[in-house]
Amino acid sequence: MTQTELSVAITGAGGAGVISVGELLLQAWAREGGRGLLRKAFGPQIRGGESAALLKLTESERYTAASSYQVLLAFDWNNYSRFGDEIKLAPGCIVFCEEAAEVPAEVMAVKPDLVCLPMKQLAAQAHEEGRVNMLALGLLGQLLGLSEASLSELATQKLAHKPLAYQQAAQACIAAGTGYGLSCDVPVPVPGAKGCWYISGNQAAGLGALEAGIRFVAAYPITPASDVLEWMASPLEQLGGNLVQAEDELAAVNMIIGAAFGGVPAFTATSGPGLALMTESLGLAVASETPITVLNVMRGGPSTGIPTKSEQSDLNIALHGLHGDAPHLVLAPLDIADCVYTSAWAVQLAQQLQTVAIVLSDQFIGQSTAVISEPQRCAALEAAATEDNDYLRYRLTESGISTMATPGDAGLRYTADGLEHNEAGTPSARDDDHQRQLHKREHKLSACSYGDAWARAEGDGELAMVCFGSASAALCEAAELLAEQGVAARTVSLRLLAPLQVERLQAALAGCSSVWVIEQNHGAQLYHYLRGQMDFAMPVHSYARAGPVPLSGAAIVAAMKEATAA
Amino acid sequence: MNEPVKLKAKDYKSAVKPIWCPGCGHFSILNALTKAFAALGIAKDDTVLVSGIGCSSRLPAYVDSYGFHGVHGRGLAIAQGLKVARPDLTVIAMGGDGDGFSIGGNHFIHACRRNVNMTYIAMDNEVYGMTKGQASPTTPADWDHSKLTPHGPGVRPFKPAALALAAGAPWIARGYSGNPNQIAKLIAEAIEHPGFSFVQVLSQCITFCPEQTDWKAIVNEREEAPLVDADEAAQLFLHEDGFQTGVLYNAPRATWPPSPPEPQSQDITRGFCL
Repeated sequence: MTQTELSVAITGAGGAGVISVGELLLQAWAREGGRGLLRKAFGPQIRGGESAALLKLTESERYTAASSYQVLLAFDWNNYSRFGDEIKLAPGCIVFCEEAAEVPAEVMAVKPDLVCLPMKQLAAQAHEEGRVNMLALGLLGQLLGLSEASLSELATQKLAHKPLAYQQAAQACIAAGTGYGLSCDVPVPVPGAKGCWYISGNQAAGLGALEAGIRFVAAYPITPASDVLEWMASPLEQLGGNLVQAEDELAAVNMIIGAAFGGVPAFTATSGPGLALMTESLGLAVASETPITVLNVMRGGPSTGIPTKSEQSDLNIALHGLHGDAPHLVLAPLDIADCVYTSAWAVQLAQQLQTVAIVLSDQFIGQSTAVISEPQRCAALEAAATEDNDYLRYRLTESGISTMATPGDAGLRYTADGLEHNEAGTPSARDDDHQRQLHKREHKLSACSYGDAWARAEGDGELAMVCFGSASAALCEAAELLAEQGVAARTVSLRLLAPLQVERLQAALAGCSSVWVIEQNHGAQLYHYLRGQMDFAMPVHSYARAGPVPLSGAAIVAAMKEATAA
Repeated sequence: MNEPVKLKAKDYKSAVKPIWCPGCGHFSILNALTKAFAALGIAKDDTVLVSGIGCSSRLPAYVDSYGFHGVHGRGLAIAQGLKVARPDLTVIAMGGDGDGFSIGGNHFIHACRRNVNMTYIAMDNEVYGMTKGQASPTTPADWDHSKLTPHGPGVRPFKPAALALAAGAPWIARGYSGNPNQIAKLIAEAIEHPGFSFVQVLSQCITFCPEQTDWKAIVNEREEAPLVDADEAAQLFLHEDGFQTGVLYNAPRATWPPSPPEPQSQDITRGFCL
């Protein structure tokens, strides 16, 4: 690898302030122009479980999860061990740990450069309210060459609402950490241009939605989507919109349908189990042609599954979960920055096509925070023409799109209906009305021109890799590893999953001798979907690995090699 | 500008013909609703009727206003989303006892609690009519006319007024399909009430519960003023027979959402820039 990367893991008990260390360290690093990703890993407990801040400091903005760590700071070994395989240590890595504790054999096996120090004692000596996490921040800051002043300022900002003693304790512990005589050293990545954004994928998706015009949000809390809704509450109020905390997901989806019927662009966010509850009413929105956008932040499933960890296993329900023939949009953001773009694009398409858009983000990009250049925005789509002579709500038009009147529009009254209906909206069980309206709702999606944003296609070569959503970074990492080995590969990261852009995908794969479909689930959901939707002129292979361990380029390449050798 | 033409009740009806059985109590609720609209001079373009699924939920299509015929049990959620997003509209939700108290029961209690400024009309015939006569949450425990529950549902029926009161509904009324003039008055008052107003209408199902014709002899109009004290109302709703009609409870309280704060800066990206 030509670029320097440095991965740092900080582990401890939930509530011990591990995540704060990661956030402050990355913010201070970003202020110097550094790039990086902070992944948060938790057990399912709120407090008392295990917690890890997993940092990857880089020189580019293509963020995959770290496959191994050059630095570990463990508050204690018990919580570290609960992560098992998730935190792999690099041979010879630097390990900070409490002096008195016995280092586990699996850690000693990588022959670490041990820095055993009395962290609790040092924190207590620095200040009577001193906490280990701020000492850890100082120690790691010193290792990365960050100034005490910068760390202290950021920590004080974060603790602004806490008593003064807390702030002073943090400052004292940070100073004790940065001033501690460390003898170890690691190569750190070269910083880039300053003036970046610090944002999580969940915030980015909320931002994209608001920038695309969302002014009504209904919310029911669910991990790992709650923070989308929490972040949106204040800016939505700032923009004059409304957020309702609903009694359940059934209410949430129907509330946004009501608001959207009233002409106010509406949105909700959820995760797998919530999406399952919403699907009946997604069918209603499709049938009544009411535009809504649902962000689904995927987690390990089925059922409660692994609610705090990432997986791409809701593709099937997003594509096929609706009853009846219910064509709708399914999109997936490719990375944290792209959450802004894809979320905004989804909202605009839903509005333009008067249908449901499901956006498949996941816990990895949703709850990770990254340093990014100002994200690319989705340009406003052209508004469809309107008509008001002899108004028919569900008029059969060439594009399939009919004018949607909203209450208050004089003389255009109609009743939206989930019952099959004729062009006027009057309930009808007639064969001809059913055939025509089914065609209308399918045609308006298939006839739409989606432009170049359907996928991010890169590279050249006879080997192609196809994925959707957040798998994109691992895919590109795999392509780089292959290039280092002299194998040219192309990557296609799908942003628009439904309707699938078959012709464009076929063109992107033209001339390939083999295709690998890469995804983070057990059932090879994307692989089977693509096989069902189109013909391939070349052999198609599947690499499908469920969470919670993030996809990695190295694992993908290893799987390809193994398949070729077999 | 032309002088607005005073509309009559029949002017609020659409051209769509109801699917209801002859003699269905719902006809009289439809008539009462349009009568109430005429009395209030309701603007058709600014009014939305929202419903769930069931015989009664077909009503929006029969009125010449905007309407939304949703999915089973969720009419109240659609209506609240609409009203919060569009406070300028008059929003009226309606549905049956199965829709509102069984599959939609959670939305009913939370709508009472939330107190959005809208009206909910429960057209209560104590039976699932559209699926051909099964017991609902308001069916008497010993009603044995359904093949699904040949010995009767065997569980105590809900007391919708008591439930609404406990959940925080500020305005509760009851009407009877045999007295459409009273229903019209109740609906007009409900629409004018600033907050969530709940009208339970005992609406007889002539097809599956012909015995409900006996209601005529049992219903009695409440002569006293509406109760304003929740304790007194609780005593009434827990112990009455459920056939007293009129405005039963009227204790207005602050609606939700409260008035929004003044819009601030439109820049929502500031927090992300380092």
